[in-house]
Amino acid sequence: MIPRIEEEINDTEAAQISALRARAGWIRMRSLEMVHHARLGHPGGDLSCADILATLYSHVLHLDRSQPEAPGRDRFVMSKGHCTGALYSTLASVGLLDESELKTYMDPLSRLNGHPDRNKVPFVEANTGPLGHGMPIALGCALAARMQKADWRTFVLLGDGELQEGSNWEAAMAASHYGLDNLTAIVDRNRIQQGDFTENTIRMNPLADRWWSFGWAVREVDGHNYRELLSALNSLPFDPGQPSCIIAHTVKGKGVSFIENRPEWHHGVPTEEQLAAALAELKEKYGA
Amino acid sequence: MEPEAKDCREAFSQTLIEMAAADSRIVAVVNDSVSSTRLKGFHSKYPARFVNVGIAEQNMVGVGAGLAGGGTIPFVCGASCFLTGRALEQIKVDVGYSRRNVKLCGMSSGVAYGELGPTHHSIEDLAWTRVIANLTVIVPADSVETEQAMRAIAEMDGPVFLRLSRMPVPDVHGPDYRFAPGKAPVLRPGNDVAIIATGVMVCRALQAAEMLASEGISARVVNMSSIRPLDHQAVLDAAETTRGIVTIEEHSTLGGLGGAVAEVVVGSRRPVPMRILGIPGVFAPTGSAEFLLDHFGLNAEGIAKAARELAQRN
Repeated sequence: MIPRIEEEINDTEAAQISALRARAGWIRMRSLEMVHHARLGHPGGDLSCADILATLYSHVLHLDRSQPEAPGRDRFVMSKGHCTGALYSTLASVGLLDESELKTYMDPLSRLNGHPDRNKVPFVEANTGPLGHGMPIALGCALAARMQKADWRTFVLLGDGELQEGSNWEAAMAASHYGLDNLTAIVDRNRIQQGDFTENTIRMNPLADRWWSFGWAVREVDGHNYRELLSALNSLPFDPGQPSCIIAHTVKGKGVSFIENRPEWHHGVPTEEQLAAALAELKEKYGA
Repeated sequence: MEPEAKDCREAFSQTLIEMAAADSRIVAVVNDSVSSTRLKGFHSKYPARFVNVGIAEQNMVGVGAGLAGGGTIPFVCGASCFLTGRALEQIKVDVGYSRRNVKLCGMSSGVAYGELGPTHHSIEDLAWTRVIANLTVIVPADSVETEQAMRAIAEMDGPVFLRLSRMPVPDVHGPDYRFAPGKAPVLRPGNDVAIIATGVMVCRALQAAEMLASEGISARVVNMSSIRPLDHQAVLDAAETTRGIVTIEEHSTLGGLGGAVAEVVVGSRRPVPMRILGIPGVFAPTGSAEFLLDHFGLNAEGIAKAARELAQRN
C-alpha cells in the first residue's frame, strides 16, 4: 500500500499535534500572502479549512510523491475549489509542490490558476470551482475502487454554502444506496457564504440530521482541533456499509482576528498593513 | 428491395457488451434509463460494472468523471436532451476541462421523441458540445458506424460525446468500413454539388443524390460523422471542387454541423454558397419524428431541392 506522507507512527500524539499546528499556521500565512499577491482569492475559506487540509495531507491520505497518478493512491477531491490558497500551500507544505511556485499564484500563464487544474498541477484530482461538482466525482471514485476491489479510499472536502447545490444530494443519496463506506465527505462548516451567513441565506441546519437522513454515518468535530480531526479520520468508516460524513465546525478566517467570522472576507484582499498584521498574529498563534 | 432499417442502439448495446468482455475497465452508468439505452443485457451480464444513479444527470456525469479517475472507462448513457442539457456544466468542467476519459452517450437525440415535444427533443446538443475544448463529438450514420465508433472511442484516451438516434436507418457503410475520428468518408462521388450530412440524415442524403442523378446533377455525399475533430480537408475539397454545399442534420440549423462546416468554408480559397438544413431555430410542433422531419424538409426531396438551387446557380 502507498504510505501516508508522514508515517509518524513512533511520534507521540503531542509531537504530531505540535507539527500539525505549525504546518497549518504555515498554510495560513502562505494563503494570505498569495491572496495579497494576486489581489484575488478566497482567504476566509482558505483559513477555515487549513487545519483539515494539514491533517488530511499529513496523516490520512496515502499518496506517492514520485507518482501523482499512482493507481492505488487515495483520492482527494477539493470540491470547494475556490480555496486554492489553502490547497496549493498545503501541497507545498508537504513537499508535493515547489514552495517557490506559490509566488506565481494567478500570475499570467502560471499553472496556479484561481481554481485548480489537474492537467497542470500534480496531485489535483479534479478541476473544481463551480460548486456541487466534487461529491459526484468522489462518488465515482469510490465506485471505481469497489468495482476493482481496491483498498484505496476517497475523500471530498465540501463548503457548507456549497451544499445548497442539489447535485450534492443526488450524490449523497446514491452513495448510501451503494453502501460506499470507502467514501468520506468532510464539510467545512464555517457558516458563511459569499454574501452572508448561511443561515441568513438558505438555512443549512439541521445539517447533521440531513446527512444522517440521506443514509450517512455522521460525526461532528471541531475543525480546528487536531485531536478531534485525527480521531475521526482514524476511525473511518464510522459505520461499515455506510459512507461517512465529518461535519467540521470551523470559523471562517480562523487565526486572524479581523478576518474571522466576517462575510466580507469571503473574497477580501488584505492591504500591505493588514497582511503584516495578519502574519504577525499567525506567527504568534501558530509559531510557524 | 429496400435495405433493412436498423436501430443503432442495438449495435450500441451489443458492442458495449462485447467490449466489456474483452476489457474489464469498461463500465456503464445510466440515469434510470435502463431500457431506453438498451442496456438491460449489459446489466444482467455485468451487474457490478453497471451504475444506475437514478434520475440525476449532474450526478451521472460527475460519477463518470470519478470512475475515469478511478481507472475505469465509463460509458455514461442517457437521453441526449437530459444528458447534455441538465449536465452541461459537468460535461464542460468534470469531463472536458478535466480531460477525463469519459464516453458520454446521448441516446434518442434530435427529434426522435417527436410526439413527446420539445422538452424531449435534443436539437441543441451538437451546438453545446462541439464548443467544449478537449471533447470529441461523434454522430454515427448507421449501425456499422455505431459499432466502429464505439470501438474507436474506447481505444482513445479522452472525453467523447457520442450522439445516437433511435430512428431505424439502413446501413450506408459496408462491413469493411473503418471509422476514424476527423475522417469523413465520401459515400458517393460528385462534382456539381456536395451534400455533407451527419447521423441518420446520411441515408437521406444518399437518396437525394440518387434523385439528383436522374436529373443530370452529380452530387457528392460526405458522411461527416466526426463533428469534432471536423474533417477540414473534406470540407475544403467540397468548397473547391463543387458549386455549393448543402449540410443536413437532425439538429437546429444554428451551431451544429452546418455552422461547423461554414466555419471552414469561409476560410477556403473558394467560399462557395451553402444551404444549412435542419430545424430552423424553433421549438418543433407536435408530431412523430418522421412527420417533423418531413415538416421541416429534412428528407430526400428537401435536400434535393436545396442542392438543385446551388447546382443551377451561375
